[in-house]
Amino acid sequence: MLKIDGVTRRFGNVTALDDVSLQIEQGEFFALLGPSGCGKTTLLRIVAGFETPDSGRVTLDGEDLLSKAPNRRPISLMFQSYALFPHMTVAKNVAYGLERERLPRQEIKQRVGEVLETVGLSQHASRKPAQLSGGQRQRVALARSIVKRPRLLLLDEPLSALDKKVRADMQLELKRLQHEVGITFVVVTHDQEEAMSLADRIAVFDSGRVCQVDEPVALYERPRSPFVADFVGANNLFHGVASGLEALRSEKFGMLPGTPLTELEADSAALLAVRPENVELADENAARGLAGSVLDVSFYGGVSHISVDVPDHPKPVLAAVQGAASVQAGAKVKVRWNAKDAVIMAVDR
Amino acid sequence: MRRSKILYVPFWATYVFLYLPIVVLVVMSFNSGKSAYTYEGFSLKWYGELAADERVQTGVVNTLIVAAGSTAIATVLGTLLAVGLVRHTRSKALDALALMPAVLPDLVLAIGLLLFYGLIQMTLGLYSVMLSHALFSMAFVAAVVRTRLVGADSSLEEASRDLGAGPVSTFVRITLPQLTPGIVAGALLAFTLSLDEFVIAFFTIGNAEPTLPIVIYSMIRFGVTPKINALAAILLLVSFTAVIAGQRLTKIGESRAQD
Ligand SMILES: Nc1ncnc2c1ncn2[C@@H]1O[C@H](COP(=O)(O)OP(=O)(O)OP(=O)(O)O)[C@@H](O)[C@H]1O
Ligand SMILES: [Mg+2]
Repeated sequence: MLKIDGVTRRFGNVTALDDVSLQIEQGEFFALLGPSGCGKTTLLRIVAGFETPDSGRVTLDGEDLLSKAPNRRPISLMFQSYALFPHMTVAKNVAYGLERERLPRQEIKQRVGEVLETVGLSQHASRKPAQLSGGQRQRVALARSIVKRPRLLLLDEPLSALDKKVRADMQLELKRLQHEVGITFVVVTHDQEEAMSLADRIAVFDSGRVCQVDEPVALYERPRSPFVADFVGANNLFHGVASGLEALRSEKFGMLPGTPLTELEADSAALLAVRPENVELADENAARGLAGSVLDVSFYGGVSHISVDVPDHPKPVLAAVQGAASVQAGAKVKVRWNAKDAVIMAVDR
Repeated sequence: MRRSKILYVPFWATYVFLYLPIVVLVVMSFNSGKSAYTYEGFSLKWYGELAADERVQTGVVNTLIVAAGSTAIATVLGTLLAVGLVRHTRSKALDALALMPAVLPDLVLAIGLLLFYGLIQMTLGLYSVMLSHALFSMAFVAAVVRTRLVGADSSLEEASRDLGAGPVSTFVRITLPQLTPGIVAGALLAFTLSLDEFVIAFFTIGNAEPTLPIVIYSMIRFGVTPKINALAAILLLVSFTAVIAGQRLTKIGESRAQD
């Protein structure tokens, strides 16, 4: 449906987007994930029409988008800064887009009422934006975008200012819109759990480049680059060289078990990543594993995180176990994992 | 810290220097005697004479016509100029050029305009004064509106476009309401500037019936009379009202915009 093809955008000597290509399907919930300043907002602004790429093409259903004025694109963008009209009430703000479509008054009133109900702001319909809290403003901005039911909805951190409960409600509402109305979503979020739980596919960005586009599970289990392995979720990382076998040869720890994602040339630089929930704690006399001592145990309700200090490893190794942990800080242990639970990837030099 | 009393002396002296002449003027306008310098008792007779003076009457009418007309022109053009400067160009030179008439010496502007009108063979009259006043007022309006526009959030305009509004509709519904306080302040400034403008009016009015400042100037050639004092007092009242109204309106507008 939406096709972004080789889009590059520079601001002076900052390259906000570097040859970005993405294809987003009809009805898909697509998330953009990446550190601050990596170009997520810039990409949305290009699709919405407020920024022109230096090169590249953007098409919607095969039709060129870049030559169209923003108000002629069947796209709605929710701004990161909300951009609510300060001189209009909440209801007027939300009705604005529908009034521009010249819909009958009755219908406008009804749809505005419904959407305000959905975001829980019916009581605040006649207030001005300045009289609302940050989270309420964010919900007005969200309501203003979704009330138009555009073909494509671009949301720039739509739920960042909401508390957990309201956020969960809004997430459900977005999913409902996706399924019932068939809107295609492109959502920027800083919240990885949110991206994981909501999105059909996730694109991970790093300084203007797309690192990996994958379904949440694949992204989590099989990161293709060191950046993704480090950025998405917690991960234990070990540097070394590929051994040609199902293991990474590490200078300090010898052979570490893991599965190479791609054919790796022996002796090329590589990185092994293993998720905390795949790390097992064993007795200090166990036959294999890395010896260390427990630094800290924290209980998160349901799971416990245990950090283990392994001599010569820069960061403590994290292990996650179900329920309360049976070890205590200071205990001598070994950490180990199975080859199928760890991935080995190439490191670009 | 104890503040030195000595420092108060120049402070108050400045105020006296600034306002004493004005107070004297207002007091003397109620003088029952004929002299402009010695107070003989309270009377409203000079105000009465003023009202009966036909030259003054036409002067007032002409001044109001010129002020209203030039304010209307200057407000519309000045606002558009500001929008163009802020939203559609990055040129510093254009910026400086647009605001130039505000700082140019009146005399230079007056001579230039006179030459220009002669060149295009325009008959001089109230209209030429109106245009001339609009010219420099426009720069003031543009300067005031421009400051507001720079502070305004351009993402509001983008949001409006995104929601399906065209550029004109966006300007009317989103940009203008944000600018209203600035536009009102600019308009009042333009009005007060035009009210007492003398040099440019004198140069570009030709043989038409004069505006009030020119009337006053011709009266003063025969000496300052309490009648002129009365006239000046009225002018003072009008300007004060305009300035205070302007401040009020901008404040209301600002709190509205923030509400
Ligand atoms: N109008 C602009 N002028 C100059 N530089 C810009 C402009 N817009 C963005 N940039 C730069 O481009 C880069 C990408 O910005 P962008 O806003 O897209 O980041 P982001 O991924 O949305 O970040 P965040 O998560 O903090 O919102 C940044 O380095 C930013 O400084
Ligand atoms: Mg952003």
